[in-house]
This record gives sequence, structure tokens and C-alpha cells, in this order.
Amino acid sequence: MAIFKKNFWRGGEPWVWVTAAGLTLVMLLTIGFFAIIIINGLSALWPRDVVRITTTSGDVIAGEIIKKEFRHDKLHRLQLKTANRDVNGYDFKWINANTISETSYPPDIYVLERLEYGNFIGYLAENNPPHIQRHFVSGELRHEIDALVARIDAVHMLIGTYNDQLRAEEKNTPVNQENIHRYQNLIGMYNHGAEILEQELDTYRALFITADGKEKHLRLAELIRFYQPERMNIFAKTVHYAKKVEELLFDEPREANMEGGVFPAAFGTVLLVFIMSITSFPFGVLAGIYLGLYAGHGVFLQLVRVAVNNLAGIPSIVFGIFGWGFFVHGLGSSIDELFFVETLPEPTFGTGGLLWASLSLGLLTMPVVIVAVEEALRAIPSAFRDASLALGATRLQTLWRVLLPAASPGILTGFILAMARAAGEVAPLMLTGVVKLAPSLPLDSTWPFLHLDRKFMHLGFHIYDISCQSPNVEAAKPLMYASTLLLVVIVLLMTGSSVWMRSYLRKKYSVSSGF
Amino acid sequence: MEKDAYVMELDDGILHVKDLDFFYHQHQALFAISFAMPRHQVTALIGPSGCGKSTFLRCLNRMNDNVPQARVLGSIRLNDLEINQETLDVISLRRRVGMVFQKPTPFPKSIYENVAYGLRILGVRRRGEIDAAVETSLRKAALWDEVKDKLQQSALALSGGQHQRLCIARAIAMEPEIILMDEPCSALDPRATKKIEELITTLREQYTIVIVTHNMQQAARISDCAAFLYEGKLVEYNRTDIMFTAPRIRATEDYITGRFG
Ligand SMILES: Nc1ncnc2c1ncn2[C@@H]1O[C@H](COP(=O)(O)OP(=O)(O)O)[C@@H](O)[C@H]1O
Ligand SMILES: [Mg+2]
Repeated sequence: MAIFKKNFWRGGEPWVWVTAAGLTLVMLLTIGFFAIIIINGLSALWPRDVVRITTTSGDVIAGEIIKKEFRHDKLHRLQLKTANRDVNGYDFKWINANTISETSYPPDIYVLERLEYGNFIGYLAENNPPHIQRHFVSGELRHEIDALVARIDAVHMLIGTYNDQLRAEEKNTPVNQENIHRYQNLIGMYNHGAEILEQELDTYRALFITADGKEKHLRLAELIRFYQPERMNIFAKTVHYAKKVEELLFDEPREANMEGGVFPAAFGTVLLVFIMSITSFPFGVLAGIYLGLYAGHGVFLQLVRVAVNNLAGIPSIVFGIFGWGFFVHGLGSSIDELFFVETLPEPTFGTGGLLWASLSLGLLTMPVVIVAVEEALRAIPSAFRDASLALGATRLQTLWRVLLPAASPGILTGFILAMARAAGEVAPLMLTGVVKLAPSLPLDSTWPFLHLDRKFMHLGFHIYDISCQSPNVEAAKPLMYASTLLLVVIVLLMTGSSVWMRSYLRKKYSVSSGF
Repeated sequence: MEKDAYVMELDDGILHVKDLDFFYHQHQALFAISFAMPRHQVTALIGPSGCGKSTFLRCLNRMNDNVPQARVLGSIRLNDLEINQETLDVISLRRRVGMVFQKPTPFPKSIYENVAYGLRILGVRRRGEIDAAVETSLRKAALWDEVKDKLQQSALALSGGQHQRLCIARAIAMEPEIILMDEPCSALDPRATKKIEELITTLREQYTIVIVTHNMQQAARISDCAAFLYEGKLVEYNRTDIMFTAPRIRATEDYITGRFG
């Protein structure tokens, strides 16, 4: 037995098991992590059932079941999203299981998504006019309402134009009273028109009754969509889900970012990584080439190498501070004084913006690129360089035609790592130009199309903002999970395409596969 | 060694080396080497590991320029051109003196582009000219028949022996006068080695070949002259048949017969 034991330990078998256990643990954590993000992210936009609960004290509450808590295997309490924030003053409520006397899933109950105050849950009153009543069956008024809203927008635009012209006339000398009167008349006329249209729009309203019997008039123009969860089959729910995903991807946020889409944030994330890449990668590659091919191994250069290698370990907020101090207040203010004097004291580049955030991120990821390039070049056997030189090639020709192609898979690996890191960084952005809500995209149709000075939105910051900074954390949760999933998907898409490209380059350029 | 006339100055000599010293920083690797290599013949460099064969070979096309802190003294003449001079155009020297390395180094490009590499670097653009050069070089390197149908495929897919012949073709495409080979067969199997040896025998009709080899049989089979280096010094240099049958120096005999090294 003793001999067995000795051999048992000597054989190294337990050690193998320890390492296997370590790997299993890591895998479980990873799987768990992805499972949480994927399940929550995917289910966040799925329509939930609405339950109607009568309590023992006779109160009636309706809402979507968000969470169930069990104690000793028995339902202890549940959390409802009751919506109707404007009626109740709250939109989530915990209910103890022992106070429930009756539950049902009423098929008539509606969930209404509104432009303001979050969702509304309630019944359509029976005394609504017939065309309103029909609207909630067939959506027949949608067209008219949209047309009205479009007309009102157009009128407001006209009023804006005439206001501008009026102001221009007033500055003219001598003042042309006739024109001023004309514009004032026009503005008055259109204002009146807008009022009439608004009043007409206001007639499109429906009376709803909450589960506990309160009445509420809702303007149809403020409804985004409505549905009756208990009347929806799986197909209808899928269509609803697809529409919600579309809204998430392509719409602007609403309600302090807690509702609507995340398009500007997703767009900002991609654009930021893109600009970061094209501004910083060339420098990283150049530095990596120098370190990998030309630099010697003197004390100074070894120190530089150590510094570069460890630069990646510096907390990212430090890069944010640097970007804030050097780019924003140093470079940015100087640029403003030189080129944007007429708009001062209003800063143009002297405040956080897309360019400065990109450059700060570029600094942060540069070491990754430098190290990757250096290592990739070193990994090429020196025989290849010699072979090229022996054929009469210069060092530059050798670099371009042999070394860089052979190193390209390794260099691309560096790019992938750098992009993945950059897409996930939030801290440095907070000091260099990310905002909760940007008035306009940094890329649009007005000259010069790409506005590097603009503030921008970012998915990472968006997630932080809605999960920790929003007035109603509970209401923001679905969007938080959906945004997180989207961020992961964006990073995977970006890195995935590069991984694909790398494997292609590997096949084409690998110098080690030959022997 | 005795500096007889045959060794020092050959009528048909193409490379004349005189009093060549070589230093890696503080470490002297070659000591006063002097001998001449005959045109259109194969000269073998033999000697134990670390005796300076590669160092010597790399002096002949100035590849040692890339070694930091290396110094070279003495003279090497290629015909009438002094190689060891500051003002020498190294690039054009390397076109005249090609080199094949121990480890085959096919570039990660197509077979065609590998052979065309030197020409492209020269700035040759004409398709026809490159096509012709690629075909002749591959034919001379006895590789044409094996690869003519897959010129555009990656060179990396070839076998080790084919790689080495491709490297020879690549060197030939520059139309050099001399081809230096540093243990070209040591990474190859016997069959591939045999092919390279046959190739070398045919190439000597058009090119002068200087080859480093560890394999005494190989040196005996393919070389016309042999130089035995030991600890950075030239110990003996003679026609191969003479040196292998009647070495004048004891150390040479010991090495050739395998008693050391
Ligand atoms: N790049 C180098 N730097 C310093 N010493 C070197 C270098 N290359 C070779 N040497 C030394 O020079 C001597 C000759 O080397 P080498 O010419 O490679 O020998 P061989 O090819 O005959 O085996 C050896 O002692 C080796 O250690
Ligand atoms: Mg050697």
C-alpha cells in the first residue's frame, strides 16, 4: 500500500487532475458568464405575460412578472412591473405570496409603449368612440396620426425658417418694415395652423382603465406600439421581438436612455475603435519594426522594451487623465486659439471629443501592437532576411517583400487584441469626450462629414449609465442586458473578422509550415 | 601552410583571398587566410564545427556587413574587383555572388514569385523577360518538370529537397558568377541530397561554386578543390583528389579519416 501511495504521487497523476480541475473551473465561469449575458440579453426584449393579482386586502394589481423569489421551495414573493409610472408614481412592486388571494392572466389587458413615462398597462375603456376602439384592433388610425405628426413637424420647420429670416431683416439697415410685417404675419399664421393641427392630433386619444380602476386618457400620437400579451401566439411574439431588436439597433434612445434604441452608442463604439485603429496602428507598427529589426540590445533599448511591455498594465484611467490633460487641455486649447478664435470662449477642440478619445485609446493599445509586431518579426528565422539580402535586396525591400508578409498574421493578432481592448475600455473615454446623450452623430451629411471634435456616445458608457446612473435602474435592466449583449457581439464581430483574415494570411504566408 | 603558387595565384582563379582576418567584436574568427578559388570548379570548405567556414563564406558576398561590430582585414578579389572596400556596391556584388543557405528559405510566396524575387527587386517589369528567367532557372535547378504545372501555387507546399533546389533556382535567376552554398544538404534526406549533388555537378559548367560541407564523402564526390580550416586558420588547400588521398598535414588526415571533428 505504501508503495502504491508513493507511486501514486510520483506518477504525477494527481497533478494532472489538479490542472484539469483548474481548467474546468475557468470554463464553467466563462460559460456561466456568457450564459448570463446571452440569456438575459436575448430575453430582455421578449414580451412578457401580464398577470392580474387580487390581494387578500382586496387590492387589484396587474403587471409583468419580473422576478420570483422562493424560500424553502415555496414562492415567497414576486416582483411585478406594474408600469403606469404617471398614475401610480412607481412602476415596480414586490408582492408577498401570502397576500395573494387570486391570480389570472386577463386576455383583454393591453401593454402600451409610450414616448414618455414608460409603459402603460390597462384595459381599453368601452366608451371610447368606435374608430378609436377599432384602432386598437386593427391599428387603422396609425396612418392618419403619422401624417398629422409629419405635417406639424413641417409647419414647425417653416416657422423656424421665417423666424430666421425675420431676425435677418431686423438686422438690416435701413429696416424694411414691410418685410418684417410680412414675416410676422406668416409666423402668426403658421403658429395658428400648428395649433389647429395639434388640437386635431389631440382628439386622437383613448381612455384606458388601470387594473385598479383608475382612468387615464392617452394621446395616440404618444403611443409607439401596443399589444395584448395573452392574445399573442408565438409567431406574433416573434414579430414583436424582431421589431424590438430593430428598434434597439437602429433607433435613438428615449426616456433618459432607458427605452428605445442604442444606435448612436453602437455607432460611436465602432467609429471610435475605427479611428483609434487608423491613427495608432501605423505608429505601433513602425515602433515594433524598429524594435524588432533595427534596435540593438543596449541598456537603454532594453529599458524601452520593458517600458513598452509594461505600458499595457497601466490602469486605463491614467490614459484618460493623460488624454484630458495633454490632448484636451494642451493640444485642443492650442488648436482653438490658432484656428477657432472666432468661436472662443466656446471650445471646439479644447473639450472632450471623438479625436481625443481615439488618440487616448490609441496610446493605451499601442503597446499591444508594438509588442505583437516586434515578436512577429523576431519569430521569423534570420535565414529569411539573409536569403533576401543575399539576392541583392536592400533592407527596406526585404522588410516590405519578405518580413512584413511573413509577420502579418502575428501583426494582425496584435491588431485584434488592441481592437478588442479598445472596444471595451470606458474609463479613459469618460475624461475625453463620451457623453450620456449626444445631440448628433459624429458622422453625418454636413461638411466635413466626420466631426472629430464632437462628443459621442459609447455602448460601454451607455451600459454604465443606464445600470448605475439612471433614475430607474429596474426599468433600465432589459436595455442594459441587451446593450451588453450587443457590445459583446460587436467586439466578436470585429475580432472575428480579423481572426478570419489572420487564418487566411497564415495559410498564405506562414514561413514555418514548409519544414 | 606552405604558400605555393597554385594556392596563392591561379591563372584560372576567380576569387583571390589574401591575408583575410575576421573579428566578431573582440573574438577573432579567421586568421590570415590566403588562397584562390578556380573558375568553373567546385571548391569545398571543410573543417570541424565553429572553425569559421560560414564566416569565411559570408565574407565572399559581404553578408557579414549585417553583423554588428564585426571587422574584416585583408583582401578578397573577385576577378579584378576588390570586395573589401568601403565604396563597393554591395547590392551588385550580391547579384554576382549568389548564396544558398543551410536551411531552405522559400519565401512565403508562389513558386514563380520566389524565382522572380531577385528580378523584381532589380525593377524588371517585363512579363516575358521574367517568365523566361523563371523557366531557365528552374530548368537549371532541375526543378522545372516537377513544378511547371503549379508555378502559381505557394512554394511552401513543396518538399524540403524541392525547397533547396528552389533556393538554388532563385539564386541562379540573378545570373551570378559564383554560388556560395553553406551546408546545403545538411537538412535534407539522402535522396534529396543526391539530387542536389548531381545538380552541383552540372552547375559547375556555368558557375563557380564554393560549398561548405560536413560530409567528407560529399566533398570527395563533388568538389575539385578542398580547403581544410581549423580554428580559423587555413590548414591545407589542394586539389580534392590529392588532399583526400595524400594529405600533407597530419591534422587534415585525422579530420578526413574521422579521427576528430
Ligand atoms: N554572429 C556571431 N557573433 C559572434 N561570434 C560568432 C558569430 N557567428 C559565429 N561566431 C563565432 O565564430 C566562430 C566561427 O563560426 P562559424 O563561421 O559559424 O563556424 P562554422 O560555420 O565553421 O561552424 C565560432 O567560434 C562562432 O562561435
Ligand atoms: Mg556554419
